[in-house]
Amino acid sequence: MGLLSKILRTGIVTEPLPAGDSEVVHLVREVDAESRRLFGRALGIREVDAGSCNGCEVEITGLMSPVYDSERFGFHFVASPRHADLLLVTGPVTRNMEVPLRKTYEATPAPKLVVAVGDCARTCGVFAGSYAVAGSVDSVIPVNVFVDGCPPEPAQILQGILAALRSGRA
Amino acid sequence: MSVWLLAPLQASVALLLAPGLIGAIRWMKARLQNRRGSPVWQPYLELRKLFAKEVVVSSNASWLFHAAPFIVFGSTVTVTLLVPLLAVPLPFAGAGDLLVVVYLLLLGTFFLALAGLDPGSPFGGMGASREMTVAALAEPTMALAIFALAWGAGSTDLGQIASRILTIPSEALAPGHVLAFAAIFLVTLAETGRLPVDNPGTHLELTMIHEAMVLEYSGRYLALIEWAASLKLLVFFTLLANLFVPWGVAAALTPGALLWSVLTLALKLLALGGAVAVVETHIAKLRLFRVPELLSASFILALLAVTASFLLR
Amino acid sequence: MVSGYAAGAAAALVFGTGALARWASALGAIVGAAAGVALAAGAWVWGAAFVLEAPGLLGPAGGMAFSLDGLGAVFLGLTSLIAAPSALYGAGYSRTWDGRPALRQVGFMLNVFLLTMSLVPLADGALTFLLFWEGMSLSSYFLVLTEADGPDVVEAGQWYLAMTQIGLACLLGAFLLIQSGGPGSFASLRAAAAELPAGTRDAVFALALVGFGGKAGLIPLHVWLPRAHPAAPSHVSALMSGAMIKMGVYGLLRVGLDVLGGGPAWWGALVIGLGALSAVLGILYALTEDDIKRLLAYSSVENIGVIMLGVGAAFLFKSLGMPQAGALALAAALFHAVNHAAFKGLLFLGAGAVLHATGTRDMNHLGGLIRGMPWTAALFLVGSVAIAGLPPLNGFVSEWLLFQSLLPGIGVPSPLVAVLMVLALGMLALTAGLAAACFVKAFGITFLAIPRSPEALAAHEAAWSMRVGMVALAGACLALSVGASVILPLLSAVAVPLVGPAAPAPVFNVGVTLRTPEGFARMSPLLVAAGLGLVVLATWLAVRLFGSRRPLRVGETWGCGRVVQTPRMEYTSTAFAEPLRRIFAAFYRPSEDVSIDFHPESRYFVQSISYRSAIEPWFERYLYAPVIARVRLWSERVLALQSGSVHAYLTYLVAVLVLLLGWLAVTGRR
Repeated sequence: MGLLSKILRTGIVTEPLPAGDSEVVHLVREVDAESRRLFGRALGIREVDAGSCNGCEVEITGLMSPVYDSERFGFHFVASPRHADLLLVTGPVTRNMEVPLRKTYEATPAPKLVVAVGDCARTCGVFAGSYAVAGSVDSVIPVNVFVDGCPPEPAQILQGILAALRSGRA
Repeated sequence: MSVWLLAPLQASVALLLAPGLIGAIRWMKARLQNRRGSPVWQPYLELRKLFAKEVVVSSNASWLFHAAPFIVFGSTVTVTLLVPLLAVPLPFAGAGDLLVVVYLLLLGTFFLALAGLDPGSPFGGMGASREMTVAALAEPTMALAIFALAWGAGSTDLGQIASRILTIPSEALAPGHVLAFAAIFLVTLAETGRLPVDNPGTHLELTMIHEAMVLEYSGRYLALIEWAASLKLLVFFTLLANLFVPWGVAAALTPGALLWSVLTLALKLLALGGAVAVVETHIAKLRLFRVPELLSASFILALLAVTASFLLR
Repeated sequence: MVSGYAAGAAAALVFGTGALARWASALGAIVGAAAGVALAAGAWVWGAAFVLEAPGLLGPAGGMAFSLDGLGAVFLGLTSLIAAPSALYGAGYSRTWDGRPALRQVGFMLNVFLLTMSLVPLADGALTFLLFWEGMSLSSYFLVLTEADGPDVVEAGQWYLAMTQIGLACLLGAFLLIQSGGPGSFASLRAAAAELPAGTRDAVFALALVGFGGKAGLIPLHVWLPRAHPAAPSHVSALMSGAMIKMGVYGLLRVGLDVLGGGPAWWGALVIGLGALSAVLGILYALTEDDIKRLLAYSSVENIGVIMLGVGAAFLFKSLGMPQAGALALAAALFHAVNHAAFKGLLFLGAGAVLHATGTRDMNHLGGLIRGMPWTAALFLVGSVAIAGLPPLNGFVSEWLLFQSLLPGIGVPSPLVAVLMVLALGMLALTAGLAAACFVKAFGITFLAIPRSPEALAAHEAAWSMRVGMVALAGACLALSVGASVILPLLSAVAVPLVGPAAPAPVFNVGVTLRTPEGFARMSPLLVAAGLGLVVLATWLAVRLFGSRRPLRVGETWGCGRVVQTPRMEYTSTAFAEPLRRIFAAFYRPSEDVSIDFHPESRYFVQSISYRSAIEPWFERYLYAPVIARVRLWSERVLALQSGSVHAYLTYLVAVLVLLLGWLAVTGRR
């Protein structure tokens, strides 16, 4: 039972989420109140890599780790966009991934949100102007929140998702 | 209280407890992974959200795709009417025994597999093929374990099996019973899609068995199927709990006895859920073609259970 | 009944090759079937005795005699039950042969087949029995050869003919062993059998098992089934699978239990062993089949195995002095026989509709038929759920009964019997699970998803006569399930006299519940079906009333964002069975052959890949091939006698004549 004793010795390692960092998180399209109510405590996230270098993916993987623990907010990652409420998109949208990204968006049932992660998602980052890039995520599917960074930290990604859910200008 | 009210009461209790059971197992696994995890009532929130979401259906799907969630859900709820969930004098004892329970669950699996094949996606076909393989290989174990229990109790009737141990407590530790418990526990892991047979939280389609069949479902259909899956886990746990350790099950239909039985049932479910959480934390998923080895092991256990029941009668 | 079938046969010959002939022969068959049902019901339900002596017919050979008792009535009723829907179906299906002589042959032979098959349970006497038995085999042989336009059809006919003739020889031997003077009525056979020494009885049983088991399709005598059933027209396949192979069961029961009056325990154990083996091997072979009719044929082998499990248990319990358990086992086996007739008939008719509409039996070229053939799809689904042994349909009820009937065997003092029973139980459960998997494949690949070929895309619904036939059988499946508590007491009344002297009627509380002896188990198919229906309806209503108001949206199948979806991306029937093929590889011994054609200019580019896979044909290769080779060898040696010279033949004639006269002279002196 070495594993069990190690688990008990380590204890809970989840860190509380620091306060919001508004410089990095940009709320572009507001989410209506009904969806916010619906997704308040249970959100299915489908991650889509639209041609990224995987730097953002490594940070997103950190989201599921015990330290950042996205599950405590009610977020869980799903395999199929039909089960998803939120698409987490990374990467400049390459030509080859433009159609799959659009199909993923169409396969997701309404109501749905999109959070684009990383500099590449908003401005195509270092790949801007490349022959293989079709445009930013916003040019393919409607985006609710951009999270800047190359790559952004897991805490900032979480704040970006929460910004979509808890937004609401009076 | 009339015996006939017991049936909808049992179904309601089962429907209410099932998502909580899944939530409790997830909570325990999260704590065993040193993280806070989602609260125990998370699956209820997920179900509520799913019922409100849009349903997207494939253009290749036929009426079977629309009908399957109802048949899966319906057959699992019908099973909850037959198992000794709350009380031992079951209202529908004459309608179905343990064999009927097993085959009603197989009916749900049958239609879910067909629904996986319907949209024409390769993942669905793969899930259907694997699910039917695992279900087929688990059948002999279930049959033999049922007969080990029935032989001891003199009937395949569920109420009778449960009440036999209540009347003769020492039977609970009979080797036949213990072996049958182990065999049915392994079958539970296989049939409900838990590790080491199937990882319920995987995102890799090629490692999926149950999940692969439901990749096309969304909205209320998905809600029904997820609820039915949690009900199936509850049913198997109830069989493990109330057929082998039936103390707490109400013998009379008074409110006090029923309340006590709900509490003891919740305790037993938590204990079994904890066992599953610990097992899942320790074991990695088995390769698909190693699963028959696991199921053969459970078959041997069931065979030994029948032999023990017979020899020591 | 006889006149109905005879009229149908005559009509087929007389009316030419048009729609009139089709309908007239079908109508004749339906009338005959209806009369058969009435006769069976009369004898079975109301106990009306029926005896007919016809010593004038075939007088020199001993005359013919007919009588109908409970056991015969069950099988007559079974036959007539599926004869009517099949004949109606055939009226629409035979349109393929309009204007060709084959139509006359089908119509005529079908009626002859039905007539002889219905008269087999009526026969009271070895001669009558064997006469109609052989008539049944020959007429079905001609029906198998209806579309003799391919080498495999002819080969199927050859296998079939050979197996039936071997069976006939064994049966003749069995009857002669009982009453060497020339077998008479069953009553006299019974009397003669009572005086036989044990060794002769064993030999009789063995011969009967070979003869009747071969007809039933028991392993290892099953090899003709997967060849003959797919080759025959579909309504004939339905009749062969549904009714004809049950005649093998009938014969075994008649000779084994009725005439011989049961025997030592090893008889029952042998039948149980062969039955369990047939069940498991049959379904394992069915799982890897891509041809839908071959799959159904192997599934028939499996179901015969299940029935024989019950029959063997009845033999065994009778020899162990447990008549109540034996009666339960026998009633379960008979009920499964009736159920199998209903759902296998339905499935074959459905497969025939698919073949009629698309022209192919290969499941890898079908798919998506649920849109073009909605009725056939729904009815085939009913048949699939029934044969998979799932509640609330009839297959589940008979399998439940069979499970319950094997259970007392565990308590028998003899450890060998107990072990056998436990293993039989395990194999029965495995068979049930594998059957469910097999029919998910059969229904799912054929009817669901996207059509895999242009023929499947263009499929049209079956003609109304075909649909009505199938609906009738589907209704029978449901009726047999919810009416089980009514039918089973009748079946047990038949079973009891066969199994024990005046055993107490073991079973079945009439009402809605089935109850086994000593209160071991109870089940109500009606309540299960009603409960299931109510719960599903309630769920649907609740979701309708309280669910989201959002409209449903139709989208593409999710395929990880791939650009286009083609039928090549779907699961095929071979792929579906692949996990099981791997798991049971020790049995299947699959062999694979992959050949790759490279581009002529570079070995780095592949032009085409051809993949062939086969499973080991154990019985054909290791049992039949050596025997056939030996027979060929000896036939070639004997061929030397056929020199073609008239002188040689005359010499043979004279030599034999001299020998005969000499022998008569020698034996006449004594």
